[in-house]
Amino acid sequence: MNPANYVILSAVLFSLGAVGVLVRRNAIVVFMCVELMLNAANLAFVAFSKINGNLDGQVIAFFVMVVAAAEVVVGLAIIVQIFRTRRSVSIDEPNLLKY
Amino acid sequence: MSSFPWLTLLGVVPLVGSLVVVFLPKAKALLAKQVALAFAIVTLVLTVAMALQFQADSTAQFQFVEQQSWIPAFGISYAVGVDGIGLVLVALATTLVPIVILAGWKDADNERGSVKGYFALILVLETLMIGVFAATDVFLFYVFFEAMLIPVYFMIGRYGGPQRSYAAVKFLLYSLVGGLFMLASLIGLYVVSAQITGHGTFDYASLVGLDIDPFAQKLLFLGFFFAFAVKAPLWPFHTWLPDAAAQSKPGTAVLLIGVLDKVGTFGMLRYCLPIFPDASSFYAPIVIGMALIGIFYGAYVALGQNDMKRLFAYSSMSHFGFIALGIFVFTSIGQSGSVVYMVAHGLSTAALFLTAGFLMQRNKNSALISDYSGVNKVAPVLAGFFLIASLSSLALPGLVSFVGEFMVLLGSFQRYMWVGAIATFGIVITAAYVLRVYQKSMTGPLADGLSGMKDLGGREITALVPIAALTIVLGFFPAPILNVINPAVDRVMTTIGASDPAPTVPSASVEGNGQ
Amino acid sequence: MSPLVLSSATLQEVTPATGVFSLIALLIGLPLLGAAVLLLGGRRTNKWGPYLGVLTVGTSAVIAIVMLVKLMALPSESRAIGESLYSWVFAGGFQVDLAFQLDQLSMVFVLLITIVGTLIHIYSLGYMSHDKDKRKFFGYLNLFVAAMLILVLANNFLLLYVGWEGVGLASYLLIGFWQFKPSAAAAAKKAFVINRVGDVGLSLAIMLMFVTFGSVTFSDVFGSASQASEGTLTAIGLLLLLAACGKSAQFPLQAWLLDAMEGPTPVSALIHAATMVTAGVYLIARSNAIFDRAVWAATAVIIVGLITIFMGATIGSAKDDIKKSLAGSTMSQIGYMVLAVGLGPIGYVFAIFHLLTHGVFKAGLFLGAGSVMHGMNDNVNMRRYGALRGAMGITFVTFMAGYLAIIGIPPFAGYWSKDSIVHAAFEKSTLIGVLTIIAAGITGFYMTRMVAMTFFGKARWEDDAHPHESPKVMTIPLIILAIGSTFLGLALLFWGNIKTWLEPVLGLTEAETALPELAIIIITLSVVIIGAIIGWVMYARRAVPIEAPRGSWLTRAARQDLYGDAVNDALVVRPSYHLARVLNWFDSRAVDGFVNGTAAFVGGASGRMRKYQSGFARSYALSMVGGAVIVVLALVLVRL
Repeated sequence: MNPANYVILSAVLFSLGAVGVLVRRNAIVVFMCVELMLNAANLAFVAFSKINGNLDGQVIAFFVMVVAAAEVVVGLAIIVQIFRTRRSVSIDEPNLLKY
Repeated sequence: MSSFPWLTLLGVVPLVGSLVVVFLPKAKALLAKQVALAFAIVTLVLTVAMALQFQADSTAQFQFVEQQSWIPAFGISYAVGVDGIGLVLVALATTLVPIVILAGWKDADNERGSVKGYFALILVLETLMIGVFAATDVFLFYVFFEAMLIPVYFMIGRYGGPQRSYAAVKFLLYSLVGGLFMLASLIGLYVVSAQITGHGTFDYASLVGLDIDPFAQKLLFLGFFFAFAVKAPLWPFHTWLPDAAAQSKPGTAVLLIGVLDKVGTFGMLRYCLPIFPDASSFYAPIVIGMALIGIFYGAYVALGQNDMKRLFAYSSMSHFGFIALGIFVFTSIGQSGSVVYMVAHGLSTAALFLTAGFLMQRNKNSALISDYSGVNKVAPVLAGFFLIASLSSLALPGLVSFVGEFMVLLGSFQRYMWVGAIATFGIVITAAYVLRVYQKSMTGPLADGLSGMKDLGGREITALVPIAALTIVLGFFPAPILNVINPAVDRVMTTIGASDPAPTVPSASVEGNGQ
Repeated sequence: MSPLVLSSATLQEVTPATGVFSLIALLIGLPLLGAAVLLLGGRRTNKWGPYLGVLTVGTSAVIAIVMLVKLMALPSESRAIGESLYSWVFAGGFQVDLAFQLDQLSMVFVLLITIVGTLIHIYSLGYMSHDKDKRKFFGYLNLFVAAMLILVLANNFLLLYVGWEGVGLASYLLIGFWQFKPSAAAAAKKAFVINRVGDVGLSLAIMLMFVTFGSVTFSDVFGSASQASEGTLTAIGLLLLLAACGKSAQFPLQAWLLDAMEGPTPVSALIHAATMVTAGVYLIARSNAIFDRAVWAATAVIIVGLITIFMGATIGSAKDDIKKSLAGSTMSQIGYMVLAVGLGPIGYVFAIFHLLTHGVFKAGLFLGAGSVMHGMNDNVNMRRYGALRGAMGITFVTFMAGYLAIIGIPPFAGYWSKDSIVHAAFEKSTLIGVLTIIAAGITGFYMTRMVAMTFFGKARWEDDAHPHESPKVMTIPLIILAIGSTFLGLALLFWGNIKTWLEPVLGLTEAETALPELAIIIITLSVVIIGAIIGWVMYARRAVPIEAPRGSWLTRAARQDLYGDAVNDALVVRPSYHLARVLNWFDSRAVDGFVNGTAAFVGGASGRMRKYQSGFARSYALSMVGGAVIVVLALVLVRL
């Protein structure tokens, strides 16, 4: 199979993730979409690794997974905290960034 | 030459004084004043002791030199030293500070800021002023130059008049913008010096005489000059000055205009000319034009002012035109004259603002000339000092301001006959606006509500007498100043490669002009 | 005409001061010390202060007389004495010492200043006895004497400038002495500011001298004047003339002198008649080496002198205020002196001669006028005088001596000096000579008018006026000055031999005149007497109305000082204040407006920018994506 197809798939997944981040309001879903984008990137790394014939891309993919896991831990914790104080996980509501 | 760290000591004494004052209990306001005055007087005594050891005929450019590496990575060091010009200005600063403290004894009472805070700020400012005149490392100079803004900002913003915050912010922004340009030029200068010598430096002595590419010189000159022109202030960068002067306490105004603004003209003479000689002669016609406009512009605006403090601010702007003119005509008479003028202007501004302050304290802090009339009748001593201050401002021959002004005009005339001739007409307008104030406020029938006005008290007279005495004594005997500044000015002249025009007779039968 | 050259001025060798001459500084220092003690001493000197003031000036006068005696004993070519105190202003090639020079010219001025000064100080003891600020008055007078001595004793132009402004300051303070009167304060300011215009001339002249000769001391400048081009010398000469016009109230800077009469009368006598206003004449005479080589400048001096002679005489003929009438006369008489110095070596000596006699008789006239005012409740309106000769005999007699001197009746002092000037004018040109004779006739007219209105005719006194003679302390100076007015001309001309005395400094040439000398004398005298008779007929034989009649257009113009103030107002004062207002507006609106506009723009822009910071995470995300897309597109486009 042409490895370029993996790259295309990765681009499609990334775009789906980006659109999800932009249009969904639920913080959990937005969070999932961010994960989707990260994994799209991982897919691209692995695909390029295959294309170029060295392992750099695969190694970086592992790093990304580790970072993503850490991010999930922190991110979910924040979301849970927001839900506790505001009884909602809509990301439009806490526009407290402004202040 | 002694290796005793005179200049550092001079700078540290007021700093220690300010710390002591700050840590005094708030209730002991009187003690704070006394301590502040004592420290200022000690500084003055030290300055005199130092000045007595200054050797006017020394071959070294700077004396009392100290050097301590500070940030070696960028060639920055703590380096201080004074030449004649620096010495005279340091002396001016340390002379005016105790006078201002004494004159402003009650200025900070019943203000929103604390009493001890005001006097601590004055002492901090004194340290910074000494530093700025004594620095021989351009970076160190810049640090002092910018740091001076902080105490002044608080002195205007916390102890000023009704519109103090507007004035303070305006002053701060103006100066910061100027300083920013200077910072850019400073970095540029470092880079250029690194390109030429291989290792960048901020050391003044190494920077002078660097063969900087003319185009780079012009750019770098502009950065420095802009900062100094705002500080001085030259037309058209002057509008912060009337607001700052009108809103600040008389003492603050004296330090601000009398000493701080001299940093601008001092900087032109110390940094712009020797480091960027080509650019200086390139821009000289423009600067001379600005100076000429400033002389007449300031004088005419002053002629139409009804607010005394603003009037004095505009008159200062006119005087700064004279000082800048003297610097940029590149004659040793003009430049020596400018330095004398700086001292003279410091003294006359101090006298004017302090007397006006004493006057205003006695009449609900009104600065409006139209609120006064016939003061001479009830307060003849005050009126007398006001007259001396006015005469000093209009450069009456026999006073030190005359020596400065005449030398500046003569130096200009020597180089560009018409510039000197035009500038000379400024003395007529100066007389008109200065005497107008005196006539309106001090003479005529006594205004309503002034009949109970008290004449100056002992403390106030004690503050004014040294200024008046210096003005007169130095007018008839300016040799102590001239002896130390002439060698320094000659060095500047040699550095920039300028020479005085020779008299036309008897060498030639050419028409008698300098160019 | 073949000029019979006697001599032209040569540069005298200056010998260092020894003996009594080393007291030159003391000569100045005494009155200066007096001024300092009186002005700084405050109220505790009130009691003895005025006497100290008299004492310092009197001592200076004694020293001056001793110096004169010593100087006369010296051979005429070594009468220039120099004394240098210390180096004053120096930088680059500029080097000026605080140094004095006493020579024949300075000597006569020193004598005039100290002796007339002493008499006026004594007179003031009486005149100002009721003023509570008497002490200050004497302090200012002492200051004036010191400054005037600096002016005439300086050996360089810069120090001369110090004296020049110093007398200006003293004049300012004394004109405005009664400063609770707004008119006095305004007059003082006006005098100072107009004089500043003259100062511009002096400053520029000094600068031009330095640029040309590399020095501003008299000996250097005059010594190398012959090597400078005529254009330069003309420029210097015209600038010096401007300076002289300011100080000596010559056209076009004459407007301040009449207002200066606001000052106390002794001030008018000392400063605005006898000494300070003649400083311009001194300046030009002193700079004879320049004017001799600058024909156009000398011609300009003559023209200015002639115009002022007639302006002053016209104003003097129309004013009803006795002091202002005398002030007009002063202008006119100084016009004579200026004219004479403009004539060159044929006139210098006579200008100084007239200056000396005028200093004495005009001081006498002013003090006499003061004595009259003293007896008439300080009323200055001559229409309310009349028939005072009986009430104040001594004043009348002394005034008459001054009167006869000023109109030039032999053997009174003014005759000799004025006749010399008329004669010198004829040597130059018959036209100028005739004009001076006509002016002498007008002098006869207005002085007779003054005497007739004051001392003769019917009494037109105010109801509360009780004219009485002044105390002795005032009449004794009057008597001494009257004696001077009578004999000084003869004494100076024949006994003192003023011509040979001044000739080494100023030069003296004689030329033939178109008319024989006797004819000139006879014509002059008859014109003067005709003028006096007209004045007598109009003001002594006919009754003088208390309200001034409307008068001819010339009278009305002269009462308005020939519109000098109106011209100054229209051309200078009002435009200046207008410009000041415009610039004030410009500064607060345009310059500061630009500054505040920039601030407002930044503020407004950030207010708008703020709206984009909505706080919605998704819109931030959108802009991030947008940015990323742009970056990617840019990269792709660059690759293609």
